[in-house]
Amino acid sequence: MDGVDVVELVIVCVLFLLVTVMGFVAARWRRAEDLMHLDEWGLGGRNFGTWVTWFLLGGDLYTAYTFVAVPALVFGAGAAGFFAVPYTVVVYPLVFLVVVRLWSVSHVRGFVTPADFVRSRFDSPTMALLVAITGIVATMPYIALQLVGIEAVLKAMGVEGELPLIVAFIILALYTYNSGLRAPALIAFVKDTLIYLTIIVAVIVIPSRLGGWDAIFGAAEAKFASTGTGGVVLGEASQLNYATLALGSALALFLYPHTLTGALAASDRDVLKRNMSALPLYSFALAFIALLGFMAIAAGVEPIGGDGNTVVPVLFQQMFPSWFAGIAFAAIGIGALVPAAIMSIAAANLFTRNIYKEFLKRDATARQEAQVAKVVSLVVKLGAVAAIIFIDPQFSIDLQLIGGVIILQTLPSVAIGLYTRWLHRGGLVAGWVAGMAAGLLALYVTQRVGPDGTVLREHFGGSAFALSDLGLDTAVTVYAGFVALLVNLVVTVLVTAALRGAGVDPGVDGTADTDYTAERDDPTFRELPDPLESAPPGATGERPARR
Amino acid sequence: MSAGTEPPADPRPRDVAPARSDRSPWNWLLLVAVVVPLLVPLYNRVEPTLFGWPFFYWVQLAFVPLGVLATFLAHRATRRRPTAGRTARGR
Repeated sequence: MDGVDVVELVIVCVLFLLVTVMGFVAARWRRAEDLMHLDEWGLGGRNFGTWVTWFLLGGDLYTAYTFVAVPALVFGAGAAGFFAVPYTVVVYPLVFLVVVRLWSVSHVRGFVTPADFVRSRFDSPTMALLVAITGIVATMPYIALQLVGIEAVLKAMGVEGELPLIVAFIILALYTYNSGLRAPALIAFVKDTLIYLTIIVAVIVIPSRLGGWDAIFGAAEAKFASTGTGGVVLGEASQLNYATLALGSALALFLYPHTLTGALAASDRDVLKRNMSALPLYSFALAFIALLGFMAIAAGVEPIGGDGNTVVPVLFQQMFPSWFAGIAFAAIGIGALVPAAIMSIAAANLFTRNIYKEFLKRDATARQEAQVAKVVSLVVKLGAVAAIIFIDPQFSIDLQLIGGVIILQTLPSVAIGLYTRWLHRGGLVAGWVAGMAAGLLALYVTQRVGPDGTVLREHFGGSAFALSDLGLDTAVTVYAGFVALLVNLVVTVLVTAALRGAGVDPGVDGTADTDYTAERDDPTFRELPDPLESAPPGATGERPARR
Repeated sequence: MSAGTEPPADPRPRDVAPARSDRSPWNWLLLVAVVVPLLVPLYNRVEPTLFGWPFFYWVQLAFVPLGVLATFLAHRATRRRPTAGRTARGR
């Protein structure tokens, strides 16, 4: 632990330096006319084509925490950790139709965040505020968890102290501030290249050194048989949890504000649809990444200080020469920077549009909006660093668990709202409150139980809610977020029916049916200046108002 | 700038947007790709293995191309001709 591997460290530093330079140069990539405009800074001018969108969304959805935590879960629990694969397989067909509708309506009406949409669709600043707060609260611990990924790499390299972590995040904060969404889009190319390189080499080298896949699965089976928890296939009672966790996570994924930020930056519907069929390529990689957990078992990896997240870095160190381990570590580290940048931009957009402009300063100019968003994105990232350094990282992990459950509660207003205006704003608010309460309660009563039946943690012990807590005589568990979403939907529908029956004013829909299928060449389409081709609409200086 | 203070009834600029629909029978393919990977009892077993991989793992890896195929076909079948643009598919 005391020896720092110099070769690894040098390679990681050089690659970090490379992406830092790229991050700053990105401001000029695809030549933005004026970064002091929220559309420009926060959505990259909304002009990303198929390739850039693929890298951006991929960098956004498959984060460093995924690379570290999924194999750690497989290492500890076996088959249950593999849920990440069906989760990322079902998500694309699931959102295929939904996300293009959101893209269309956002472009016709000039929406930047999901809360913008909810405000206009349901004529409800209250529901929009709830969506914005939910989004920010769910995103912040996600950013913090990216740091957990970097920390695991640093631990494996034997680097002590928190200074490197702080330096990495300050650099990230600076170039995001400077270049907006362009920085992570450009860096995502490097990240993905390194990740794929690492995975391909790992899949070829590691199994051959461990005696083949038979030996790897065999070692895992032997381990789970001796410890008594987990297994190479699922237990009878955890199958429902596996399916609902995959489905719930998939539904949640496209409700996270950072995903929508990436999706709205696409240049047209076709680009998005094409991406929905190309993005699953990452799921292939993810399956192999998950199996790194079993490889670690077969290789006899001992996590550093009992921290399961160090399993993959330690495995790489045992299996690869120093220089290649350095490349793999850089891949994980850079993999943390891309989503962290997009997430902080998304959280900043939400704050600026739906809290600052809505409630604090209604007459904010475009320039003020962009300035506030940039500052907020800085604050969000500093908050994430502080959370990791000053508070137990376990707190962030708990919060992220809660984040997935609470972001699901925006599904009726954001996703179902794209299809129907029947739901009443009062019903949506009531459903959100009920779903939040049910979700938090379900997580609160969930215990973590050790292999010998002792209770390791009394509360927030995981997301697998035991149906026996509802008085049912069964050992079956189900994803807590799924239960909460059902409660939410039932309450939303009942209250909507009641309010509609009583004739309570449902507000005025600010969108038209044709908005949801709008194409780029429609007359209603709000053409935002193309940073590559078009000349600035005015002369120089302040841009003309867009609406 | 844009939508923060959206007036409820936005006057439709110039001519009216064409009415289209996202409906298509091809979209049922998407449902297949969503439902099949969630039917856990169908694949929660070890045999038959493939290259040493238990069934549970290789079949889920095989769901990836299934999803790709479904979304690809749905995309191809519902794509609007870029040149025919606003009238061709307008119901």
